[in-house]
Amino acid sequence: MIVALILLLLVLGSVIFHLVSPWWWTPIASNWAYIDSTLVVTFWITGIVFAAVVLFLAYCVYRFRHQPGRKADYEPENKRLEVWLTVATSIGVAAMLAPGLIVWKQFVTVPSEATEVEVVGQQWSWSYRLPGADGKLGASGVNWISADNPLGVSPHDSNGADDVIVEGGDLHLPIGKPVKVVLRSVDVLHDFYVPEFRAKMDMVPGTVTYFWFTPIRTGEFEVLCAELCGTGHAFMRSYVQVQEQAEYDAWLGEQVTFASLQRPRPVRVAAEP
Amino acid sequence: MANVSDRPDAGIPPAEVPDLPLPHPHTWWGRYVFSQDAKYIAIQYSGTAIAIGLVGLVLSWLMRLQLGFPGIFDFITPEAYYQFITMHGMIMVIYLLTAIFLGGFGNYLIPLMVGARDMVFPFVNMLSYWIYLLAVLVLVASFFVPGGPTGAGWTLYPPQAILSGTPGGQGAGIILMLVSLILFIIGFTMGGLNYVVTVLQARTRGMTLMRMPLTVWGIFTATVMALLAFPALFVACVMMLFDRLLGTSFFMPALVELGETLSYGGGSPIVFQHLFWFFGHPEVYIVALPAFGIVSDLISVHARKNIFGYRMMVWAIVIIGALSFIVWAHHMYVSGMHPYFGFFFATTTLIIAVPTAIKVYNWVLTLWKGDIHLTLPMLFAIAFIVTFANGGLTGLFLGNVVVDVPLSDTMFVVAHFHMVMGVAPILVIFGAIYHWYPKMTGRMLNEAMGQIHFWVTFIGAYAIFFPMHYVGLVGVPRRYPEIDASFITTPVAGLNAFISVAALVVGAAQVLFLFNLLWSLRAGRAAGPNPWRACSLEWQTPDTPPVHGNWGKDLPVVYRWAYDYSVPGAPEDFIAQNDPGPRIEKDVPL
Ligand code: HEM
Ligand SMILES: [Cu+2]
Ligand SMILES: [Cu+2]
Repeated sequence: MIVALILLLLVLGSVIFHLVSPWWWTPIASNWAYIDSTLVVTFWITGIVFAAVVLFLAYCVYRFRHQPGRKADYEPENKRLEVWLTVATSIGVAAMLAPGLIVWKQFVTVPSEATEVEVVGQQWSWSYRLPGADGKLGASGVNWISADNPLGVSPHDSNGADDVIVEGGDLHLPIGKPVKVVLRSVDVLHDFYVPEFRAKMDMVPGTVTYFWFTPIRTGEFEVLCAELCGTGHAFMRSYVQVQEQAEYDAWLGEQVTFASLQRPRPVRVAAEP
Repeated sequence: MANVSDRPDAGIPPAEVPDLPLPHPHTWWGRYVFSQDAKYIAIQYSGTAIAIGLVGLVLSWLMRLQLGFPGIFDFITPEAYYQFITMHGMIMVIYLLTAIFLGGFGNYLIPLMVGARDMVFPFVNMLSYWIYLLAVLVLVASFFVPGGPTGAGWTLYPPQAILSGTPGGQGAGIILMLVSLILFIIGFTMGGLNYVVTVLQARTRGMTLMRMPLTVWGIFTATVMALLAFPALFVACVMMLFDRLLGTSFFMPALVELGETLSYGGGSPIVFQHLFWFFGHPEVYIVALPAFGIVSDLISVHARKNIFGYRMMVWAIVIIGALSFIVWAHHMYVSGMHPYFGFFFATTTLIIAVPTAIKVYNWVLTLWKGDIHLTLPMLFAIAFIVTFANGGLTGLFLGNVVVDVPLSDTMFVVAHFHMVMGVAPILVIFGAIYHWYPKMTGRMLNEAMGQIHFWVTFIGAYAIFFPMHYVGLVGVPRRYPEIDASFITTPVAGLNAFISVAALVVGAAQVLFLFNLLWSLRAGRAAGPNPWRACSLEWQTPDTPPVHGNWGKDLPVVYRWAYDYSVPGAPEDFIAQNDPGPRIEKDVPL
């Protein structure tokens, strides 16, 4: 009796908490609203199944609880019921998987007009690199890292000379333009995570990873690290400023390029040895 | 069709292995310390696992104190917090759950349930325990070395695990952790081979595979999986140890740490992740399958009804076990591996949901038209179904690659895996202890203490982990000792404090449980040989608790499956497996 009642209350409590509690995701600021809708579909399907299972359980506990003289039924198997349940479950699972895979296809297909922006993680700070006028990022690698080349941009790659380097500052992005975020780490794993953008990806030393998105809302969005990277992990912060194109251009004009950072020892853009 | 001969066992072929002689120790040490009796080893395993599990529990309190009331406990620095989560996670998953299900319940129940006198290799079985104990001691030692234990997270991802930015990375912490894991795997392999061979070879006459209780099926399948999965962790540990001590670069690319170029180069951190999760995902089921098996038996016995769809249940266990080897990279959707892997691993992961769901249906359908005795084991089984359904369903979020992207590495993941592989299996362990304690000691556990323990644990654990999903949904990352960020529109501090209070209360209830275990040893009501009136063989032993050799002079002969409850026309509502009794019309073709 009391057990059935408590199970009932547990379902009710969970549903009410879900519906009225103020804790929900932070408003989205990227094109990935599809991810949010897939998540909502999943919430509905799984929520209904959970309520159905627990309520059925509560009913059984109430209806078939031991009473003097009660005897259980004897039914080892029921082919039809088992097949029926298997098919219904498979359909429900497919209904969640199919939209999921379709959205994933979009997620992994970077539009050709996306501009590349590089994020570099190190214990425990973020740096950024934007392609200069040529629209291309120069090659990079940890062996080139030095005091005046903190991101390890290759001095031998002419594409790198006009790259814009942002160390310790915020990343600025123009609104409405797709960006391919190219991710690099110089030491351990990190993960570039801006909750409002919904997307995130690990940064792995030794390789380059990426994801893409389009900012749809101007404002200041906090960057967090989502992959354990040592004691400073929780305090590795920065901001992304999404701006109108004009403001963005003004900001971009004030930034230093790789070549200017190297001025004391001018870069010889020579052929590689 | 009935047996023509007058001996009821005439039609049953002989056992594969005849009754073998057992070692009989003559010294006190041989009997009580270096025992080779599986039942005794089981108790040693369980006692050790529970002891180290208490350490894991205390660590969870400390973590929750920090998360619920940040800034108040000065001694919980970020370093300490990372050491706590790492040791807590590793202790709970490996040294508590794996050890207690396989080393504890496996050792106690397999020989009794299949009608054997002991495990087939008793000496190796004993070694298995002592190596496990050594592994635990090495693990504990890491708390006392300079620099303390490793704080790399239980996933131990390189490069940070062996670098100086992580607690214990350049000290002895990570080395002791890796050595302890290596020892654990060696010890487990000895026990594991034993469980597999015992199930395959030492079953008594008439105990066909398809007559074994689901408990044995669950433990057996989990053991086979562990034997296949642990080697991946083993090599990963050895290689990381080489990277750390000998300067090899299996997992280490060229990198610059805090301005200093290290001499590593050419290795891949992602390979470690593949190895880790090739072990780590099956590990989830290594913990879950024994729980599935045990809970099936608890439900059947206490609802006085055969488990619904037994053969389907066996196949579901086997299929889940097999499929769980091809889903590992769902833990790596945002790891930077090739994004096209996502299609494959999301599909396999959601396929595995189908046999898992069938198991849930069959448990609930077993209760349908049952005669449900709301005993403590039954209550824990019901709580398990609720908790497992909840945790399993949130797995569909995280398995569905694109939905995982915003949620991965947030507290949503922490809530999910605690529900599904933390709380749910632990509820089964409790149910199983209330169920089999009378066989192990001859006494019942105290009911009143048990009721308090049950309600506080079940409702309390739900109150901890259900709201935690929403902390993750807000966007709070896991492995953050405190959270303060501009994306949080509704503060989560109050919710975190609530969760922490619930965690302390649940923890306190476990102390009551331990007290009950000790108190009932003397003061518990005498149980008799078969207090639950159960069919399976372990309840039919001539002595309670069963003595060395289990079965007296003759091994039992098995005539039926383990689920003949409420058979129409039978004089009682159960027929023991070794009861030649009446033939049953509506029998399953086993
Ligand atoms: C009342 C019981 C428990 C409480 C209150 C609790 C609490 C916690 C907390 C607060 C964390 C750290 C979250 C973070 O900051 O990332 C954590 C991590 C973890 N817990 Fe538990 N836990 C409990 C029981 C268990 C059990 C039974 C298991 C067994 C599977 C378990 C396995 C883990 C694992 C694997 C981690 C991840 C560690 C890591 O991130 O490296 N916990 N737990
Ligand atoms: Cu980090
Ligand atoms: Cu997994």
